[in-house]
Amino acid sequence: MSSFFSIPNPAAARRLFLAQSGLVLSGAAVALLAGRDALAAKSKAGGADDVRILNTALGAELEAIAAYQVGAESGLLQKPVHALAVQFQGHHKEHADVLAKTVQKLGGKPVVAKSKYSFPVEGLKVQADVLRFAASLEQGAVSAYLGAVPLFANRDLSKAAASILGDEAMHWAVLRNALGENPVPSAFVS
Amino acid sequence: MLEGALLLAALATGDPQAGEAIYPRCAACHALAYDRVGPRHCGVIGRRAGSVAGFEYSPAMKRSKLTWTRENLERFLADPVGTVPGTTMTYAGVPDAKERVDLVAFLANAKCK
Ligand code: HEC
Repeated sequence: MSSFFSIPNPAAARRLFLAQSGLVLSGAAVALLAGRDALAAKSKAGGADDVRILNTALGAELEAIAAYQVGAESGLLQKPVHALAVQFQGHHKEHADVLAKTVQKLGGKPVVAKSKYSFPVEGLKVQADVLRFAASLEQGAVSAYLGAVPLFANRDLSKAAASILGDEAMHWAVLRNALGENPVPSAFVS
Repeated sequence: MLEGALLLAALATGDPQAGEAIYPRCAACHALAYDRVGPRHCGVIGRRAGSVAGFEYSPAMKRSKLTWTRENLERFLADPVGTVPGTTMTYAGVPDAKERVDLVAFLANAKCK
């Protein structure tokens, strides 16, 4: 099987990525949505906490969607990189969607996107700046989900968060690869 | 002598550079200079918890009556939800004590204009 290590250019990485993605997100969707009754039943016990965790994650996903929009509209991205950014943004939209629906199912009120986000746009001058910015958000997201996984009262939600974590770790690796950095710098994420 | 004293001081107060390498874990939610999912970190040392104007804190954080001394920061970062039950910083924390000291050293030394 080919790996991202051996793929120097983003277009090829993207083709490989496209061929291998899909599974992860539908996994999250299944874990979140299929356990509908179990989730609803548990919302009384640890529900408030789980809702809070989901809403914090949702807030970060909504910001990531806005950040990718800034990147996509920057005019700094070459075509294949632009396509990759739009695809990754699409994943974040799916994450946000499933998180919001789950908050609702648990009787909570999903947070909504802010009307305005602060991004370090002055620092975005070339494509690599945009890639680095996106990579830092994805790295942060991986850590954030890692920090959420052990907190959920409902283990189905931990599983779903881990599934999203996997997807965001893939984004991070591909972005690092596109920057010419070691795509997988260590055996563990933290 | 002097070198020894400096070394001791560094051990007690952490290594900001090592802390900088840990800070990316916070980058899904925080930035130094502006509010995101979490509040800005510039000036956090000595700040009252929940006091950045315009940031929407949880009632739990506003009520916590904490001041972000180094010690309280280290305690909070070890276990955010245990230290401030009800906080929206739903993050398991930084379990390694040295990493926490370094992280707090980074926050204390961060360049904020
Ligand atoms: C998943 C998102 C998330 C992550 C990851 C995260 N935080 Fe937070 N943080 C928040 C939120 C949200 C708040 C506001 C909490 C509240 O109001 O209860 C907060 C509050 C804080 C506060 C209190 C600030 C104040 O003004 O009172 C500190 C200090 C802090 N975070 C430090 C950190 C550090 C250091 C890290 C990285 C190790 C980190 N956080 C990781 C979301 C996060």
